[in-house]
Amino acid sequence: MKNLEFRTATSAQGGLVVMSDVPGVAAGSRVQLRDHAGRIRSGQVIRTANDTVLVEVFEGTDALDLERTWVRFLDEPFKLPVSRDMLGRVFNGSGLPRDGRPPIISADRRDVNGEPLNPAARAYPREFIQTGISAIDGMNALTRGQKLPIFSGGGLPHNRVAAQIVRQAKLLGEEASEFVVVFAAIGASHADARFFQESFEESGVLNKVVMFLNLADEPVIERLLTPRAALTAAEYLAFDLDYHVLVVMTDMTAYAEALREVAVLRGDVPARKGYPGYLYSDLAELYERAGRIQNHHGSITLIPVLSMPSDDITHPIPDLTGYITEGQIVLGRELANQGIYPPVTVLPSLSRLMKDGIGKNFTREDHPHVASQLFASYAKALDVRGLAAIIGAEDLSDSDRRYLQFAEAFERQFIGQGEDEDRNVHETLNLAWDLLSMLPHDALTRVSEDELAKYHKGVVA
Amino acid sequence: MGIILEVNGPLVKLELPQTVIGEQVRVGRIGLIGEVISRDGNTALAQLYEDTAGLCPGEEAEGLGWPLSVELGPGLLGAIFDGVQRPLQAVREKSGDRIARGVSVPALPRDTRWHFVPNPERRAGSALVGGDVLGTVQETESIQHRILVPPLIHGELLELAPEGDHTLKDVIARVKQADGRIEKLHLFHRWPVRTPRPYKQRDHAVAPLITGQRILDTFFPLLKGGKAAIPGPFGAGKTMLQQQIVRWCNAEIVIFVGCGERGNELTDVLEFMPKLKDPHTGRPLMQRTLMVANSSNMPVVAREASIYVGITLAEYFRDQGYDVVMVADSTSRWAEALREVSGRLGHMPVEEGYPAYLGSRLAAFYERAGRVKTLAGEHGSVTLIGSVSPPGGDFSEPVTSHTKEIVQTFWALSKELADARHYPAVDWLESFSGYVGSAAKWWAENIDSKWESARAEALDLLGASEELQRVVNLVGVEALSSEQRWTLESADLIKEGLLQQSAIDDADSFATPEKQFALLAAFLEINHLGMKLVKLGAPARRLIQMPLMAQARRWKNQHPSDDIAGLKAKIAAIPDAFEPLLQEYTHPAAPSITGAAATGASTS
Ligand SMILES: Nc1ncnc2c1ncn2[C@@H]1O[C@H](COP(=O)(O)OP(=O)(O)OP(=O)(O)O)[C@@H](O)[C@H]1O
Ligand SMILES: [Mg+2]
Repeated sequence: MKNLEFRTATSAQGGLVVMSDVPGVAAGSRVQLRDHAGRIRSGQVIRTANDTVLVEVFEGTDALDLERTWVRFLDEPFKLPVSRDMLGRVFNGSGLPRDGRPPIISADRRDVNGEPLNPAARAYPREFIQTGISAIDGMNALTRGQKLPIFSGGGLPHNRVAAQIVRQAKLLGEEASEFVVVFAAIGASHADARFFQESFEESGVLNKVVMFLNLADEPVIERLLTPRAALTAAEYLAFDLDYHVLVVMTDMTAYAEALREVAVLRGDVPARKGYPGYLYSDLAELYERAGRIQNHHGSITLIPVLSMPSDDITHPIPDLTGYITEGQIVLGRELANQGIYPPVTVLPSLSRLMKDGIGKNFTREDHPHVASQLFASYAKALDVRGLAAIIGAEDLSDSDRRYLQFAEAFERQFIGQGEDEDRNVHETLNLAWDLLSMLPHDALTRVSEDELAKYHKGVVA
Repeated sequence: MGIILEVNGPLVKLELPQTVIGEQVRVGRIGLIGEVISRDGNTALAQLYEDTAGLCPGEEAEGLGWPLSVELGPGLLGAIFDGVQRPLQAVREKSGDRIARGVSVPALPRDTRWHFVPNPERRAGSALVGGDVLGTVQETESIQHRILVPPLIHGELLELAPEGDHTLKDVIARVKQADGRIEKLHLFHRWPVRTPRPYKQRDHAVAPLITGQRILDTFFPLLKGGKAAIPGPFGAGKTMLQQQIVRWCNAEIVIFVGCGERGNELTDVLEFMPKLKDPHTGRPLMQRTLMVANSSNMPVVAREASIYVGITLAEYFRDQGYDVVMVADSTSRWAEALREVSGRLGHMPVEEGYPAYLGSRLAAFYERAGRVKTLAGEHGSVTLIGSVSPPGGDFSEPVTSHTKEIVQTFWALSKELADARHYPAVDWLESFSGYVGSAAKWWAENIDSKWESARAEALDLLGASEELQRVVNLVGVEALSSEQRWTLESADLIKEGLLQQSAIDDADSFATPEKQFALLAAFLEINHLGMKLVKLGAPARRLIQMPLMAQARRWKNQHPSDDIAGLKAKIAAIPDAFEPLLQEYTHPAAPSITGAAATGASTS
């Protein structure tokens, strides 16, 4: 079948082509279309019957002349050739080189859709990754094999935060050289793509990065393929070559919008805000490719970046992401407007795997309690701040005024830090105690009495 | 034999005359399994449990002649199955770390030898009915597996195997049915998952399910045989709470159904279970637990099936006379799977894309919970606890609102509480339990007769503090009277010292009913003593500053359930802490410390 070319396209619209009279085409098969100018486009079969076949075309269907389009069915799913040579290379969203160098030649070609990992084969992520960012390490720690997205909004510095994590991420007590990065830009602007490229270049890690770029002015439908290609590369690096792979994917909102576009064309029933009901499962298929496997050294740690439409965390894209990932780092406009970088809004942020990767044998014994205390005290301080806005700071009690000062200091000193400032976890915890020491003993019920005695710097209440 | 006509996602149109809806089909060269969901003349539509990539129109398909069924017998405990009961450990041995398509492995191991002990009451010639116990197999240290006559069989026992080791392949009994046919029985039988297993009659649920979680047991109890839901936005703690129940509850069998959630959470359970001991029996938890796992990246059709597989396994152990708890995380993912399929079938969506039959399917599912008299005449129960994941945390969405009407216990998780790291983030204003009356009897008989009134009093205090908090948010705490401030403080003490319960604190992860009640009573006593002082004119500020108030918040962590004596000693000393102030204010002549009469005049 793969040697035959068919010229039976009967309609084309928005990336979908309908073919008639091509019997026996396999579901999910990869497709090559040759247009009148001889240009090759690639696609995938999404519905197949003997009389009609529906094909999704990754480069889009613009300027496709149906009479002069020749279609070939390759009888296999979309595959990515994988090899160690991918490191240091830049590909487009379908995995073709875009750095002017020759394509990857490899006998090992992997289905980009991957296969679901058997839950009985996974190993639970437990190793603390130090990012050097206090708001993350101290209160929302990342572990190796976790999927932890950054929820952001237009104009917020999510790319800078992601780049800082990539630059600084290290495991305690192990040389950083095992880390490699897979970066996928999905519908990203040229400026964003350049920013990452330059940031990798400056920190001298470019030869440890594989990039898959689908930029904002490139075919929408290719966005569906981009993260899959990237994750396929990541799986190979992690589970065949034993690397610890950090995958950054930005912007997942562009991905979800592309999915919606295709769903509408296919006539799928919409659930919320026009997004198809399977958005959850589709995102899960991607995000669940992160993790660790028993008896394998490598791991995939996934940091998807997404901008929340109108800063709304209940919008289906962040909402469904939050339901799949193991927590979220939320960036906030309010902190950003005060010039605080990184503007991590800690209360809605959460790392679910933190509890298993911190404490006595991992970071420091007081870490779990300190994190919990910081959350509680800062939550209380924000209540006081809300009250102060109503009744005025003058009318606050002494204790409340202390909380106001705590909030201020916490935001400026603990959350705020330099873009090149790499704090180790001990520095982060010590800083936390400096700040908690602004509050009296009896206000700190989440830490133990022993910890208070050991670390609290204030006067005994 | 039939053939494939069309492949569209998980749906396959087949030419397959004479099939019936629900029949299992095997499709294509790689032999994917699925079930028929509609039929039109000679064509049928089937949904497949595995990814359909690679299937071609024209390939063969065949009907298998039976509906989706599970294997029920020794070998279930400690296992982890996928959504259609494929044993994931065995699948891994066969196909590696990733689940290859088309692998078929029997659900229960065929070669394991089990020591069968026949029931002495059964003799050749005696009459048998479905549900009768043929004999037993001590499957794990904790659980004796009772080998049941399949429900629909009855007749005369011709022969029963003597005590000895058998595999599932062996015939252990022969029964002559009424119609003269001879039925061979094995250590296991099959049952179709979409058909509830029969029982003799429904009984009232009577005993509370003890989970060791104070906000659940003390405030919103669930009974063995009851139905509960845990709705909440992402990250609010649904899975953690369910895992806590799996760990600590006093059921005899626990079934965890991971339905469309994270693979790592299943791994977590698989890793911690073997290490933990059942607090009620001291035996390894894994021996009473089994898992059905269809993580979110596994095929969506099998996800729809997974909760039926889970509930059928639960009913099977119920029929052996056990108290079974099944937790399903998350029923929303099941509903979404239903939506996806109904959308592809072109069913008219009514709300947010869900089909009109969402409510009735949910109700029918939860109806399979209950305490029953089994066919063998014993008591058994299935308690059902489902989490709900409302989009955007909006409880008015279809799955949450339907579920709320069905369940008797509703543990509503709140984003505000979770954001403030108040765990478990069960919202005491939104949650409810219809089982308080029955639970009260148990608490009165087993723990303390004052349980019901103490519970009500604490809830009132929490309610009152909510009102006061609104005032404080507007005008500040100084505007409150001393009495009101003390109410607020007492409620805070209950929230922090009683309701908050960290799953990751070894000393407090599980609290016995004794510990739960001791803390509750202690905090109410503190409230009373303080209130008495406030009424005598003591300013709330001085009470709040008593070291006792910070200390009491730590008691739960300092005294694990096996140190109830230590806790009681602290509680006994509560009056002493109030003594100096009591002295001061019961003798008005005594000089009061400066500031004692500060802002916020006390009502007297
Ligand atoms: N009882 C608890 N004790 C301590 N921490 C808790 C508790 N409950 C929840 N948490 C914290 O909250 C995090 C999120 O909880 P969990 O994973 O159960 O949320 P969820 O409601 O199941 O979310 P999702 O719907 O996304 O699955 C946990 O990882 C843990 O850090
Ligand atoms: Mg969960």
